[in-house]
This record gives sequence, C-alpha cells and structure tokens, in this order.
Amino acid sequence: MHKTIPATTDADAAAVIRDLDTLYEIETPEGIDLTTRVAGPLPRILAYAVDLFYRTVILIILGIAISVAGDAGVGVWLLVSFLLEWFYPVFFEVLRGGQTPGKRAFSIAVINDNLTPIGWGPSIMRNLLRFADFLPFGYFAGIISMTCSRDFRRLGDHAAGTLVVYREQPKTASGLPSVPPAAPPRGLQLQDQQAIVSLCERHRALSQPRQQELAELLQPLTGRSGITGLERLHGIGRWLLGARTVEETTPRGTTQAGDQ
Amino acid sequence: MKQRDFEQRHQQLWQQLENFLAGYRKNTATETGSDGRVDDLPASYRRLCQQLAVAKERQYTSQLIARLNQLVMDCHQRLYQQESVSSSRWLDYLFAGFPQALRQQARFVWLACALFLAPALVMGLGSYSNDALIYTVMSPEQVLQIESMYDPANRVLGRERGSDTDLQMFGFYIKNNIGIAFRTFAAGILFGLGSIFFLVFNGLFLGAIFGHITRVGFVSTFYPFVIGHGAFELTAIVFAGAAGLHLGHSLVNPGNQRRRDSLRGAARESMKIMYGTFLMLVIAAFLEAFWSSSTQVSIAVKLAVGSFFWLLVISYCVFAGRSRPSGPAIAGGRP
Repeated sequence: MHKTIPATTDADAAAVIRDLDTLYEIETPEGIDLTTRVAGPLPRILAYAVDLFYRTVILIILGIAISVAGDAGVGVWLLVSFLLEWFYPVFFEVLRGGQTPGKRAFSIAVINDNLTPIGWGPSIMRNLLRFADFLPFGYFAGIISMTCSRDFRRLGDHAAGTLVVYREQPKTASGLPSVPPAAPPRGLQLQDQQAIVSLCERHRALSQPRQQELAELLQPLTGRSGITGLERLHGIGRWLLGARTVEETTPRGTTQAGDQ
Repeated sequence: MKQRDFEQRHQQLWQQLENFLAGYRKNTATETGSDGRVDDLPASYRRLCQQLAVAKERQYTSQLIARLNQLVMDCHQRLYQQESVSSSRWLDYLFAGFPQALRQQARFVWLACALFLAPALVMGLGSYSNDALIYTVMSPEQVLQIESMYDPANRVLGRERGSDTDLQMFGFYIKNNIGIAFRTFAAGILFGLGSIFFLVFNGLFLGAIFGHITRVGFVSTFYPFVIGHGAFELTAIVFAGAAGLHLGHSLVNPGNQRRRDSLRGAARESMKIMYGTFLMLVIAAFLEAFWSSSTQVSIAVKLAVGSFFWLLVISYCVFAGRSRPSGPAIAGGRP
C-alpha cells in the first residue's frame, strides 16, 4: 500500500524508505532495533569470483608441487580439492568472522539472521546447498532466489537462516564546513532543520555542484543563489548544531538539531 | 539534553567498548587486556542500548546514531555467540543422536530406500536377462572399463593397485562419493525433485552394474569387493536422499508454518542426518581404498566381514540410542 500512495506522514515516509532500502532490522532482547545493510547479488558474485580465483590458484600450485609424488600425490590433490569445494567457505565463515577472503575484499560478511555470528551448523548448511543454488548452471537458482527475496537470500541462506550483510567500516567523523554560523530564519520546521543539518554533515561526501543544486531549492529560504546560498545553509546548519562563534569548530555535531 | 553534553558524558564508555572490540577483532587483547578493559560487558551493553534508544528518541545527528548502532551491533555479536559443540555432545550424537534422527525421519528414509532400490532391482534384473540394457545408462567404454576392473583374470581388484594407488583411490572416493551424497541432499530443496532424481539415477546405475557383472559371471571378484564398503556407502547415499526429501517435503507441505520457517526447521533436522552421513562416507571411502581392494584377504573373509558390516550398520540404525531420551537439537541447531 505504501508503495502506491504518496507519503503524507512521517510514518508513511519511513515505511516507504524501509520498503525501498536494503536495510534489515531486528529487535534485540534489550528492546533495541538493530539495523544492518544486506548485500545484493553483485558484490556477492564478485566475492565469489575472488574466492574461486584463490581456490584455483591453490589447486594449481598444489598440483605442481605434488606432481612429483605420483599416485599418492594425486590422492592428496583430490582430497584437497574436495575440501576446497565444499568446506573452504565454511572454514572462513566460522573462524574468520563470516568473511571468506573474497567477502573480505568487498567488506561483506555472512551472519545469522538474528545478527549473531554464524556457527558451524548454519555455515555447513548454506554451503552444502550451494549445489542447489548452482542449478541448472552458473548459480541461476541462487540468483533467482536472491532477487525474489526481501533480503537477497539464496536458497542456502533461506534454509540456514543466514544473511550476507555489509561490514561497515568505522566512519571517520567528518568535520563541519568552516563557515561562520548564521541564525536560521524564524519558523523553521523540525524536519527542515534536520535536513539542513544532514546536508551540513555530508558536505564532504557530496560534490560541490550537487550541494549547490540542492541549495538552489531553498533559495526562498536563504535568499541567495549559487555558492553564497550554500554557504548560508552551512552556516544555518552549524548554528543549529550549537555553534555560535566562528572559532568553535568541533569534529562532530554538538547540539541537538531541534531543541524541543 | 544537548547532544554535546550527551556525548561528553558517555564518551568514556564508548571509547572503552570500541577499544575492547577492536582488540577482540584482532585477537590480541581480551577481557584482561590492559587497554581495552571492560569490567562487565553485559552491563555496559545494556547501558549502551539505552543510550542508543535515547539518542534515537531525541533525534540526535545521524552520525552519532550510526556510531552507536555499529557499537551496539558489535557488542551484540560479541555477547550472543553460539556455544561451541563440546566433545561429549559429539559422542552423544554418535551413539544416540544420529540413529535417533534417522528413526525420527523413518518415513523419509524408507521412501529414499524405495526410490533407490526399486530402480536398482528393476534395472538389475533387466540387465541380468538382457545384454543390451546396460548401454542405456552407460557408454560402451565405461562398460568395458568396469568389466576389466572386476575380471577375475586380473591380478588385482578394482584398478591397478600399488600402496600409493590406495591413497589416490581414497582421495577419489572421498571427492566422488561424498560429492554425490552432498548433491543428492542439496538438490532436495527443489521440492524434493532433485533428491528423487539422484536416488533413482544412482539406483539405475548401480542396478545396471550389478546385473551386468553377474551376467558376465565376475561374481567371485565383484561381490567380495563391494560388500564391505557398500554397507556404509549405499546406506549413506540413501540417508542423504532421505534428508533431501525431508527438505523438499517441508516446502511442499509446510503445515501450519510459513514455508520459510518450515524449511528452516527441516534444515536443522536434516543436518543431524548429514553429519552422520558424512562420517559414514569417510569410513566407506577408507574401506573401499584400503580393505575392499586388498588381494591378500580371502574371499570368504571378505564376505564374512562385509556381512558383519551390514549387520553392524543396520543394528546401529535400529537399536542405537534407544535407551536414551532423545535430547534437544544436538548439532546444527542454534542456541
């Protein structure tokens, strides 16, 4: 329903965002909603390709190394290739915090769907079912299953109750723009205040032209256009965050956006 | 409260937790580490949760909320870890859990058994009476190869063997046979169809070989060779099929549950069977490589030991773990 009718209230807007976004949310026993971002097919395919490359390299090197050992060497090679085929991901997922080398390269990780670290049982399960995901060729079933399910789960993930999520890197706090704070106009709604503050927070992440483009939308508010309009918005943002003088530069936003 | 005051008041706790978690991730510092010492993780975690809730309610900036959310998540993962399986539970599984799980899923085991044996019987009788039938499932080269493997005129059984060839064959059997079992199981998630296909296909293949070899008259080499490891190998394939059928059934007929929940429950149950199946196939590969192919042992001994293995496996499945109450989810379950 939320998808079809325009959002009118905050709750509706939040619901629409939740439907569109790849956020996965659970409630912990402490009554806290934990959110994490699930990883889509593309990073997972790339991670798989990296792992496949590593596995192949291991097998080739091992093959050369033990080619001198004759038939016994072939036996060892077959044994290793069996272990790599079925248990390579299990080993890394359980002992390395849900990340195979390929997944580490794309900073994604496997995790139980209650957001606890994955254990032997679920990990073995999801990797045994890799074969079913592979059918009829090239992970066709897995990709279909991923695109059809809410949290990008392949068949193995459904059965084992696991998710692949982004392991977020700890963010370095980005400083606020260094412009003199400016008092906001009267009657600025809480929602608008938050929007301006978040524009301020993201001033390093967004490109300058894009920020100016956004600032143009608020020309009635700032009364200026172009770079000066943007600076004025940054100033309002800093003011809302609590700065009152130019010298006051703190790494994080310091005061509550809407004092209410 | 202003966000700045809020941050200043709790900064120390967050810093402590962040240091602790960073140390834990690198496996360098633990609870006793001098730098990342956290006195009482559960208590700190509860305080942290409360702070996150407050921060969200007061609509502090998204950066702060993101930082707290990340911190809570890391602590959550640290706190709610899966308990590791202790050795006593493994023994318990070996002596009681596995056969109990098999008996619990008896109808799937019998179904898998029928799906495997019926085609085998038909194909066996067929290719015993009709010379050409085996070529419907195998190429002439394969048939020739199998015939030469069990030709009594050969000096050795199976394939040409030295002691290092035993090791080679061990690797081959592990990769091939356990791979077949795993595939038979995994394909079951396709509403059971995959397991049915693999069971029937393997049954036909096996029946064709049995019938053909018996027809050609290589009985004295073939049966002593297969009887030993067959006890573990053939039953294990059937068990893997049964586990796969269980998966498929949970999707076809989820009962009162949602399909996803039903599948997850079935997966947990079937994992109990798969651990045992894996063990059985390792035993089978070992026997096939190092025992069945041995030429020093006389045929009578091989047949006797093989029959003993069959008796052992069957009585294990039927009787083991009867006296113990069936425990909670042993392996594959989550806390």
